[in-house]
Amino acid sequence: MEAAGQLANAGYTVSLMEKEKETGGHLNDWYKLFPDRRSSSEVKKYLDKKVNSKNIRIFTGTSIEKLHSNKDGFLVITKDGTELKADAIVVATGFDLFKSSRKEEYGYGIYDNVITSADLEAMFRKGKITLTDGKSPKTVGIVHCVGSRDEKVGNFYCSKLCCVTAVKQAIEIREHLPESKVFCFYMDMRMGGAHYEELYREAQEAYGVNFIRGKVSEASESINNKLVIKVEDTLAGRPLKIELDMLVLMAGMEMSEGGIRLAGQTGLKTGENRFFAPADHHYANNISNIKGIFYAGTCTAPMNITETISHARSAVSEVINYFNNNKA
Amino acid sequence: MDNFGFTISKGRQIEWDSNDRSIADYIREREPSFKSCIACGCCSATCTSGNFTHFSLRELNILLHRGENAKPGNDIRKCMLCGKCSLVCPRGVNTRNVVFLAKQAFQKFDGHAD
Repeated sequence: MEAAGQLANAGYTVSLMEKEKETGGHLNDWYKLFPDRRSSSEVKKYLDKKVNSKNIRIFTGTSIEKLHSNKDGFLVITKDGTELKADAIVVATGFDLFKSSRKEEYGYGIYDNVITSADLEAMFRKGKITLTDGKSPKTVGIVHCVGSRDEKVGNFYCSKLCCVTAVKQAIEIREHLPESKVFCFYMDMRMGGAHYEELYREAQEAYGVNFIRGKVSEASESINNKLVIKVEDTLAGRPLKIELDMLVLMAGMEMSEGGIRLAGQTGLKTGENRFFAPADHHYANNISNIKGIFYAGTCTAPMNITETISHARSAVSEVINYFNNNKA
Repeated sequence: MDNFGFTISKGRQIEWDSNDRSIADYIREREPSFKSCIACGCCSATCTSGNFTHFSLRELNILLHRGENAKPGNDIRKCMLCGKCSLVCPRGVNTRNVVFLAKQAFQKFDGHAD
């Protein structure tokens, strides 16, 4: 959306293809954003305004069937048969959340009250955090790195936003349920973004969130319908057992299914992490292996919203360079 | 002379320069995945033996890499080689082979562990 808006501002005609009913992607599902906890709808409003341009045609509910390239440019064929010509393509297929049921030992879809970070956002949006029996949880565990940094699910990389999401959600749980106790189980706290560390500190000081260093090995259900997890408190050097009402799994980011399909169909290169592989990670991370196709956002790697918007802007500058150098 | 019970306490620090890390080296050469541990503790969380005795593969890894061999040399007997740790390790460390090689190394270098 950012790339479309910037291109339109620069005077280019843009067709924005969105497979969902609405543009905005995952932003539509989030409640408040880290680290400043502003409402996600504010950023969505900014993007909506950005794409509200006479130069942009938005196709929602439109999947791409085929992308052909020839010497005149590109031909995009949608699932419903519409054909569109383009001189350049910006791929912004984003990410999918890791399907937490694949990490079977954590019991998502098996035990009541094992939910994902996305499920919790939906609860925040409704304004109520409830267990399946309608009661409020008193003890909530948050599991970091679900589907990230885990060769057992084939994802070696760090999704890099789950740590700060965990901290943000821990704070929000404590705000919604001041009587609750929240426990974060982490391997490393990766607070690399601007103001992330400050949020972490706030979670400790103002919200009393408990941080326990250890990767959860499995969850099970006790006879009284509570969740029991197994973890080693590695800093204490002893196994730790705790009963919880609710377990929240911090689902990582994966290359989107749409992106994988597009890669297979076009020959766009992907990396070991299955995301699109840009020509160079330092100075050409918007450029693909096909002339005229560019990348914007999380289709190349996990990124936060700030980085995604910046990446989209730099994609636009690459597109304009491409036009200036090749289509004079 | 009367013995008043005073002794000179040994320092608590890890003596990196003088410690012997040959057991860790022995394992690393033969099972390179031993290098990949990030000390997450998943192995020890799931470990049946570790839930009842003082045995932690995470600790064994760290101590051997520091050349602090005495404790792991004793604790390693408690491993039952069930392999649950290898099922949960996010870094794909071949934990069973690590234990097997550690036992070998202790016999070779130390005469420790049986």
